[in-house]
Amino acid sequence: MTVAEIHRLLRERLGTIVSDELKPGDWPVCEVRGQSIAEVCAILRDEPGIAFDCLSNLTAVDRKAADTIEVYYHLFSYAHGHRLVLRASTPRPDPILPTVTHLWPIADWLEREAFDLLGVRFTGHPDLRRILMPEDWVGHPLRKDFVEPDEYHGISTRRESLLKL
Amino acid sequence: MSLINSVPETLVTAKLDEVLNWTRKSSVWYMLFGLACCAIEMMQTGGPRSDLDRFGAVPRATPRVSDLIIVSGTLTLKMALRTKLLYEQMPDPKYVISMGSCANCGGLFQLAYSVCDGVDKVIPVDVYVPGCPPRPEALTEGLLKLQEKIQQERWLVRDTAADVANA
Repeated sequence: MTVAEIHRLLRERLGTIVSDELKPGDWPVCEVRGQSIAEVCAILRDEPGIAFDCLSNLTAVDRKAADTIEVYYHLFSYAHGHRLVLRASTPRPDPILPTVTHLWPIADWLEREAFDLLGVRFTGHPDLRRILMPEDWVGHPLRKDFVEPDEYHGISTRRESLLKL
Repeated sequence: MSLINSVPETLVTAKLDEVLNWTRKSSVWYMLFGLACCAIEMMQTGGPRSDLDRFGAVPRATPRVSDLIIVSGTLTLKMALRTKLLYEQMPDPKYVISMGSCANCGGLFQLAYSVCDGVDKVIPVDVYVPGCPPRPEALTEGLLKLQEKIQQERWLVRDTAADVANA
């Protein structure tokens, strides 16, 4: 099954949840309505001809101008060798998406990373807490409007140049 | 007149200091504290080619029996608090070698939001070893510099005129 056929099948099953545009490339990109992402992923994983059995990557991008946060799901099928990227947008002030941890356990840590660095909250995630930054860190560092604090527990985050110019 | 009283007191204590320092500098046990790629060079330095063991420095797995901590690699803010805790668990006298650009000043990642710009913001550093990462020869040189420093310490003579002047 080619990626175009997969896309057509999704359109037939789910209608407007999946956008009709498929951006071609090594990793074809397809826009999906954010609140239905788990539903779409379940079909992509369990349909025998599609069988996306591997979530290669899950990452997020802060689109400040559009006031959205985009979450990208990179899917790969070991059985068939095909690839697909799903893009799900969520409003920037209150980014909430359903989790996909019940489909691919690896999504656990990947979603925690997206939560840690961009503040996307995944409903249904079993253990949604920070993974990279300290537990008591305030803010989400990969947000475009993140301002680095002057100090962390008395450790200054600034350093004067040692060069005497 | 006894023999003790015939010898100037300062001469005797200074000699004892040197003997003590010689024993201490010849058994600097360092704690394994590899944080990033510098740790690979640190392993190499402990390995057979450069062999830190010939200077009496052997790796230890716990801070409670270590004299020296070699901070090798990028120190994140999250790790900085742990580093301080480990340092405080080491028994006195204790020493710190900051190995590589990242541990010295944050290095390449100085402007990153998560990186502590130098381990000297958390614990006092005795020897800085520059390099990215430093070669085993450089780290060996750092240990020799530390041994020089240990050899010059005065533990038994306190509050001499020279110490007061230096303080």
